Amino acid sequence: MIAEIGLAALWLAAGLCLLQFIAGAIGARGDEQGPVSALVRPAAIVQALLLVVSFVCLLWVFAVTDLSVALVAANSHADKPLVYRISGAWGNHEGSMLLWVTILGLCSALIASLERRMDARFVKTALAAQGFVALGFFAFLLLSSNPFARLNPPAEFGAGLNPLLQDIGLALHPPTLYVGYVGLSVAFSFVVAGLVTRQAGPELARAMRPWVLAAWISLTLGIAAGSYWAYYELGWGGWWFWDPVENASLMPWLAATALLHSIGVLAARDALRTWTIMLGVVAFSMSMVGTFLVRSGILTSVHAFAVDPERGAFILGLLTIYIGGAFALFALRAGALAEGKRFVALSREGALVFNNVMLSAILAVVLLGTLYPLLSEALGTRVSIGPPYYNPVTAVFAVPMLLVLAVGPLLRWRRDRISRIAAPLVLVGVVLAASVIAVVAFSGAGVLPTIGLALAVTLAVASWLPLMGRNPRRVPLALWGSMLAHFGVAVSLAGMASESAFSTERLVAVRSGDTVEVGPFTATLGAVEPVAGPNWTALEARIAIAGEGVDTVLRPQSRTFTDPPQNTSEAALLTRWNGQLYAILGDAAGEGRWQLRLWWKPFVTLIWYGGVLIALGGLLALLGHLRSGVRRARIGEAIAQRRADRESEAAA
Amino acid sequence: MKRLWLILPLALFGLFIGLAAYQMTQPKDEFVRSTMIGKPLPAFDLPGETEDAPRLTSQMFADGTPRLLNVWATWCLPCIAEAPQLDALAKRGVPIVGVAIRDEPEAIAQFLDRYGNPYSAIARDDIAELQLALGSSGVPETFVIDGKGVIRYQHIGDIRADNIDEIYAEWEKAR
Repeated sequence: MIAEIGLAALWLAAGLCLLQFIAGAIGARGDEQGPVSALVRPAAIVQALLLVVSFVCLLWVFAVTDLSVALVAANSHADKPLVYRISGAWGNHEGSMLLWVTILGLCSALIASLERRMDARFVKTALAAQGFVALGFFAFLLLSSNPFARLNPPAEFGAGLNPLLQDIGLALHPPTLYVGYVGLSVAFSFVVAGLVTRQAGPELARAMRPWVLAAWISLTLGIAAGSYWAYYELGWGGWWFWDPVENASLMPWLAATALLHSIGVLAARDALRTWTIMLGVVAFSMSMVGTFLVRSGILTSVHAFAVDPERGAFILGLLTIYIGGAFALFALRAGALAEGKRFVALSREGALVFNNVMLSAILAVVLLGTLYPLLSEALGTRVSIGPPYYNPVTAVFAVPMLLVLAVGPLLRWRRDRISRIAAPLVLVGVVLAASVIAVVAFSGAGVLPTIGLALAVTLAVASWLPLMGRNPRRVPLALWGSMLAHFGVAVSLAGMASESAFSTERLVAVRSGDTVEVGPFTATLGAVEPVAGPNWTALEARIAIAGEGVDTVLRPQSRTFTDPPQNTSEAALLTRWNGQLYAILGDAAGEGRWQLRLWWKPFVTLIWYGGVLIALGGLLALLGHLRSGVRRARIGEAIAQRRADRESEAAA
Repeated sequence: MKRLWLILPLALFGLFIGLAAYQMTQPKDEFVRSTMIGKPLPAFDLPGETEDAPRLTSQMFADGTPRLLNVWATWCLPCIAEAPQLDALAKRGVPIVGVAIRDEPEAIAQFLDRYGNPYSAIARDDIAELQLALGSSGVPETFVIDGKGVIRYQHIGDIRADNIDEIYAEWEKAR
């Protein structure tokens, strides 16, 4: 019954989505006040409610493990802990698509109920675009991936969830990323509406900014969480593999970062109109291309969990319609947009343009690397592209970008003089030189890590320089946000460089009682014994760790899950303020010996702390912009009120 | 000029769609083929089955006799499943050289005791150097090496009963 309610709600929502599109399209043609086009806002809001009902129904059938629902039988098991039974709802293709559509619907509802800055025609056009995008995904869900399909007769046992996904980090990772991906769809709809209604000025930028910021915050957190998950769950000790699935989340983030900064220029200075519009399309197309690459299985990936060529073809079709359509609209209309304001190279805009170009270059590098196997396979050779390509080539663009990032925020809008910022410039130069010398003298790290460490130190200092000459209590919230986010970049960069420069690795086969040195610690293998969990059994090693005032026991496991049968390696981590000790239990090596893999990774945790700081910075900026938006609206209302009062006085 | 710039994103996107659509319609080849086929065996010099057995080198393969080179390990389950098929090939007169990956002499002896010994010689590859040099992505894998020491054929995964004839034919071809 619950499944049928869910399905019915989904169909009703699809109908309302069609109404939202039609009503919005009528509104977009100029008939804002007509009776049909007035339906667009209510249609969007009710549609979102129905989608929430549908999604709750899906959560319910997963929570109670209703095995007459095909999706539950294929992806869940009654023995799993409740939280993983629920997260199983979106740990599969159908459920994650429903989540996607639900978030899309919620975004439509939010636009419909909150967006007051843009005129009615613009909002209706944006809602029509949003509805058009949602329609495709509705069709996808209802025609080829119905999450509520019944199984007759019901299964006796569920098949379980891929045990790698049975993890709290991964339970939260997809929804976070989806909020990011779908949030970018709002930017896309706004840009399309801007092209249709020929509005591409600062108002558009201000209206888009909270959406892009919110999407960007989610993407940042999602990527950081995904990276940490891969780090401790896959048991390879690495935190980023340049895998297509990872790139699929990184590319929208890069595009959104560029978009965020160009929106800043458009909002403040009314420059970069065409560029911002294009980035708005690119950002969302990157999230769709990412989804396509992940779901179609067109690229072989270490973590493609849901692969199906037919669905890939469907997404490719949607991609062609939406992104192709938007780029066609861009080609037709963007030329007619009034050109934005001009500026000289040495200005805040100039620095931001530089940052945008570098970010886009990195995006192009990652996109090319991700698609290259596809391209070369079409030409008959098989290649795989890895860190030897990505690391140096992205660094070529990242290093100048980070250097400009250190001084860019100090520049004034429109035009500036070097002499005005001479003092902070010298400070940045001195810090940079000193840190390069320090790193070279004391560590002997490789070229890239050395540059990374020196840049991290410089940027950590430089990110707070905009405070110079300001009263800290009068610094706007949004500026605090931007400084914190830039500081987060420095923190994250320090973690990456330190991990790659100073990690020590030991791969040994030891007997119980043997001792291994790793970094500043000694590790002594104790007993290796079987343990059991709710739906797994495992061999657990007890490794006594001593050194640096630490005296503890790590218990890495080699787990065997029963439903479905699969072995995973559960790393054991010792987190210290100055790094992490990472232990993996390998196979039995014969004669009572066990393979152990131990890493000491100094300051590796900074990578993810940095990610969290970046997201926090984004949150502060979001709050700051929302507050100033409300204040601006209130002042506008007050002025209008006063004018009306005066007019009525004059009339009296 | 400006118009051209505005069309560029659309053109690039069209290129991507074309490429993706083309690739989606192509049959998918799931295996990673070694690029070593047609090339001579990489030079190696590995310890034998036990500590006092003679060492195995790549030169031994250039003596005019075609052989199978079987990459396996005692810790690998599919290798157990594969053992009867290797025995059948050995009985048909195919010399098979085994390369045991990350293994121990005692474990090898035990394994051969239990599952039979189809090998004319075994080398121990403790750090998977030969495996990597061969471009082999896992165990078990079997290569046909001709009498000049050139790699002629690669079979990925365990040899099933219905692969025996195919591999025997490839070995015949290499004579």
